[in-house]
Amino acid sequence: MTSKRWRLFAVVLVVFAMVAAACSSDDAADDTTTTTAGEAPAEVLKVAFVYIGPVSDKGWSWSHDQGAKALKAALGDAVEITTLENIPEGADSERVFNDLAEEGNKLIFGTSFGYMDPMLAAAESHPDTVFMHATGYKQSDNMGNYFGAAEEGRYLSGMAAGAATVTNKIGYVAAFPIPEVLRGINAFTLGVREVNPDAEVQVVWTSTWFDPPKEKTAAESLLDAGADVIAMHQDSAAPGQAAEAAGAKWVGYNTDMTEFAPTAWLTAAIWDWGPFYIKTAQQVIDGTWVTEAYYGNMADGMVALAPFGESVDGATRTLIGEREAEIIDGTFSVLPDPIVDQDGAERPLGNIFEMDYFVEGVVGSPTG
Amino acid sequence: MNDTQLILTMFAAVGLGTPLIFATVGEIITERAGILNLGVQGMMLIGAVTGFWGTFQTGNLVFGVVIAMVCGAALSAVHAFTSITLRVNQIVSGLALALFGSGLASFLGRAGSEPLVGHPSRAQFEPIFTGGIADIPIVGPLLFGHDPLVYLSWLVAGAASYYLFRTRMGLSLRAVGEDPASAEAAGVHVSKVRYVHVLIGGALAGLGGAYFSLALTPTWQDDPIGAAGWIAIALVILASWRPWRAVFAAYLFGAAERVQFTLQTLGEPWSDIPSTLLAMLPFILAIIAMIVLTSGKRARLLGAPSALGVPYFREQR
Repeated sequence: MTSKRWRLFAVVLVVFAMVAAACSSDDAADDTTTTTAGEAPAEVLKVAFVYIGPVSDKGWSWSHDQGAKALKAALGDAVEITTLENIPEGADSERVFNDLAEEGNKLIFGTSFGYMDPMLAAAESHPDTVFMHATGYKQSDNMGNYFGAAEEGRYLSGMAAGAATVTNKIGYVAAFPIPEVLRGINAFTLGVREVNPDAEVQVVWTSTWFDPPKEKTAAESLLDAGADVIAMHQDSAAPGQAAEAAGAKWVGYNTDMTEFAPTAWLTAAIWDWGPFYIKTAQQVIDGTWVTEAYYGNMADGMVALAPFGESVDGATRTLIGEREAEIIDGTFSVLPDPIVDQDGAERPLGNIFEMDYFVEGVVGSPTG
Repeated sequence: MNDTQLILTMFAAVGLGTPLIFATVGEIITERAGILNLGVQGMMLIGAVTGFWGTFQTGNLVFGVVIAMVCGAALSAVHAFTSITLRVNQIVSGLALALFGSGLASFLGRAGSEPLVGHPSRAQFEPIFTGGIADIPIVGPLLFGHDPLVYLSWLVAGAASYYLFRTRMGLSLRAVGEDPASAEAAGVHVSKVRYVHVLIGGALAGLGGAYFSLALTPTWQDDPIGAAGWIAIALVILASWRPWRAVFAAYLFGAAERVQFTLQTLGEPWSDIPSTLLAMLPFILAIIAMIVLTSGKRARLLGAPSALGVPYFREQR
């Protein structure tokens, strides 16, 4: 009898452990919730952010969280911000969006492609709430979308890579063969070849957004194949650590990752969502918000170039600075139309959101 | 000579295989005692975060490794208690441990006013020998090009093998895993033996986790070890519960992990293989090896402990 009771206790313990484990990420999310209730004025806009990954990735989700912090810093007590991390796409996210709307959030940002349909459903049942979806394309009366031209920053970081390579072989650790990633690789390669027409960009696919050991191994395979600069469309800094260990150079992504590989660091295309989040929240407060598909760029500051590493020489910095100015004032387009593809044939640029080909200079397969 | 793809791949396989050796040998020791601990992923993550913390606080790598082993063992003690003392279903308890460990590791990484998360490590394990001896063709990089933990992994596998098959205590351990009632009759304290070896397994899993955060990718981020803990459980079977075979199984897996990227850089016809297919390569290899190992006469050599996963009731002898 006693042993039976013990076993029941143990089962309860185990179930508790599982629940605790499952909840731990939510707990962490609660910790980051900023609440200004109490001293807040009567009209406070409640804003919620929903992230696919942990804000600790120092990458995509982190960059959005920096934007949320900038919003709080700019509007102070006029906004009350809730952030939720590690929210899976699909039915789970729809429940989260509905909950957030029912808790009185009047502006909800979702930052992953797969939130699109769940958000649309939640938007229909909560017409008084404004929903903003990053990277998608579906809209309704109270749901808009936003994204940015990372390819502009990619092009400039490609120029730094092209100037840095000695072997004329640049390795690119890439996650998945989707238009967003292909756009980045192509713009990067065009930037490389503007300053170094002989250089090639070798792409290796990892089939993961975030897996540090895999990303590092992929970078090492490129270094061993003769690459002396590593670029990436990944969310961890592991490719940079591989470059640092091999004495090579590194172009990051998403954020300034200098501290992970100080010698290898060249620069990166990075995100600054803050101004857009501030602008959108202000529109909702003023009642001037209307549905839109916002595509930010370097001109409005949503995309920027990270600080240069020490090894980037003055001439290259000047050259990149000139191109940056042209991109910002609209006189230079990083993806030309027509464009020369991988086989050397000229073709129309086409819809960049459906890009499915590589440009000349890229080695590897655009289908993965 | 040393920069041929074959040597480079073998060298990379050693680095990628090392955490798997620690975790797999640890799980072999645990399973040899008759306890199935599926919580390897959780213990490795706890080892990774606590080892990182230890080194982050002190700048001392050895301290980090010791902390990782202690914390890995502490987490495995939960499984030891539920599966040995409370005799709950070991699969449920182990899976709970895996989930709990990964959640706890993320939590610890963000705890405090200056969270660990997103920082590079203050120190990292580096190769012992550079130049000279490490430049000898073939054997230079493969034998002398590694960091200290690689050599420790060889030592651990050798010691485990000697312990299991050449010592009296090893014999008792195997007896407990095969037939606990007979072992008990022969004067072996079954629960004690099981507790001790579950803790050893936990310590080694913690060490394997620390290899990620202090050597392979010296940083702390959420879930930085891929699926290493789950792979280690599969490697136990591939290694047929023998520590030396675990070394080769781990390196085979490491090589497959690396080859999927190397093939993409070799140009045609290799680069025509879809990368998603290549990503499956390690697992395809594991399945093939398993089929070869378990077919025909070789099956009896597998050596799964007979009492694996079966709770031991003393009064039911």
